[in-house]
Amino acid sequence: MNSSPATTNASLMARGMTALREKGDIELYANVFVIAWAVIITLWQGTGFAVTLGTVFCIWAILSVSLNLVVGYTGLLSVGHIGFFGIGAYGMAILTSDTSYELLRTESIAQFGWPFFAALPVCVIAAGAVALAVGAVFNRFRDDIYVLVSFGFAIIAFNVFLSWRGLTRGAYGIRDVARPKIGSWEVSGELDFLILCAVFLLIVVGISWFLVSSSFGRVLKAIREDEQVAQVFGYRTTFYKLAIWVISAMMAGLAGGLFGSFTTFVDPNSFILLESMLLVSIVILGGLASIRGSLLGALAFVLLEEGMRFIPFLPSEFVGQARQVVLGVLLVLLMLFRPQGLAGRYKL
Amino acid sequence: MTHHHIDPSEYFGIQTIGLTKQFGGVKALDNVTLTIPIFGITSVVGPNGSGKSTLVNLLTGVLPYDQGIVKIETNSFEVIHAYETPGHGITRTFQEVRLFDQMTVWDNLMVVLTNRKLWASMIERSNGRQGADHREKTEEILKKVGMWEKRDSMAEDLSYGQRKLLEIGRAMALEVQVYILDEPFAGLFPQMLERVKDLLRELRASGRTVVFISHNMDIVRELSDQIIVLESGKFLMSGEVDKILNQPEVIRAYLGT
Repeated sequence: MNSSPATTNASLMARGMTALREKGDIELYANVFVIAWAVIITLWQGTGFAVTLGTVFCIWAILSVSLNLVVGYTGLLSVGHIGFFGIGAYGMAILTSDTSYELLRTESIAQFGWPFFAALPVCVIAAGAVALAVGAVFNRFRDDIYVLVSFGFAIIAFNVFLSWRGLTRGAYGIRDVARPKIGSWEVSGELDFLILCAVFLLIVVGISWFLVSSSFGRVLKAIREDEQVAQVFGYRTTFYKLAIWVISAMMAGLAGGLFGSFTTFVDPNSFILLESMLLVSIVILGGLASIRGSLLGALAFVLLEEGMRFIPFLPSEFVGQARQVVLGVLLVLLMLFRPQGLAGRYKL
Repeated sequence: MTHHHIDPSEYFGIQTIGLTKQFGGVKALDNVTLTIPIFGITSVVGPNGSGKSTLVNLLTGVLPYDQGIVKIETNSFEVIHAYETPGHGITRTFQEVRLFDQMTVWDNLMVVLTNRKLWASMIERSNGRQGADHREKTEEILKKVGMWEKRDSMAEDLSYGQRKLLEIGRAMALEVQVYILDEPFAGLFPQMLERVKDLLRELRASGRTVVFISHNMDIVRELSDQIIVLESGKFLMSGEVDKILNQPEVIRAYLGT
């Protein structure tokens, strides 16, 4: 070796950079790392905690996979997805909650007392119906303007949750959201609920995979690449965008219903814009136009959120912020060196 | 070289009547009335800014026109939407190559063949047992444009010439009557140039209408059956190659430069 250490370092760096840009390697490392992390946390904290973590993962995974259909496959950078999540959660809360606990009732509150499985389809359909109305307007916009209008939707949704007190109880939130019951089997245990969420996650992943690997999915990608050319080749792109937007929102509504039932308490703070931005980060971090990437991203995110509580030197009140800092740093690094995300196939 | 004899009054493919398009205060096309015959290869020539690309963009709904009527066969249109283009029997390429960049070469062609019914396309899985005809068509075209080996590459990773060829191939994947190619020869190496010429001749031989825009007068002379000349947004003249290229106005307006 007669090359100086400096050039060796430089060439190593260059090689590292190419490795980083190439698919495969980094995706594998990320997978191994995240899953190993999950196993370690499980062993350390016990299975009870892992079950909770798993449930949160399922809900976030449904959200990120569904958002990827819109952002990654169709190229519509929506930051308002949390609104549909909220509609699902509030649908579940309003329809199933037993509000008789309310002693000092200042406003008349609707009370339905439906069972979980009657409310869940309503959550999905409500999210889809709102998406249909909103999407018909959003279809006029593209690119950066699209980000702005979807941002507007997230803000409006949050304010509706906060201000429509007759329905949502505003900042007080809704307690005692029902847990599901199948016949005599009451899904009250945490493990039971995890299984239920996992089944729904499987269904969502299955539907998503079916759609993106169909001819329809290919047209969505063409719309992402050049909508006008897709039109010239005979596709009424507004209908395609609307269809995937509504399907995606319905999945988010489903995630919302599960979330409401899981936490048994719903208030507007779960649906702030920040959550929506975190969700977009997960999708980009995991990889655009990759379902596997979204699952990976959601898992990494959940581990960040929950796992950081156990970092010994980090005071617990900083956990929330530290998670956002880590996510932010990861996002910047990824955009610099790997714009398609960990497992992605598409660059923003 | 044999040329079809064209009598525009007897056959017409596409006709524009008083077609006008303004960009701000500039008239890109000014009251243009012309006929693109159904037979053979028609070239559209004219200096830069004469409105050639605008004409194509209006015919395919990429831009809306301000005034005028477009007649396609027996139908008259006051408005053309881009998504109606294949329905009108037209497909096209763009002056600046517009591929689906972050998709494979294979998918760039396959996407064009998809079922146009939204719900049906959700069930259609053309890489599976269904869609054998789509795959055959795609393979045929890819071999024809010499891109078969590149089928798994991303379109954005291709060279300029390959991109140009792929775009022509994508247009050819649609079986329609009229193929409008906006500067298909610009910036191509001689070998690729010959390949594109062959593709155009092949389309003509199969009874298709080919319309192409070009600045290369040798190719125009070699391939065209009819020439349409535009000058600063106005229709100057059209007719058979030898007749047109000897007109003093044409020489002054275009060839003389």
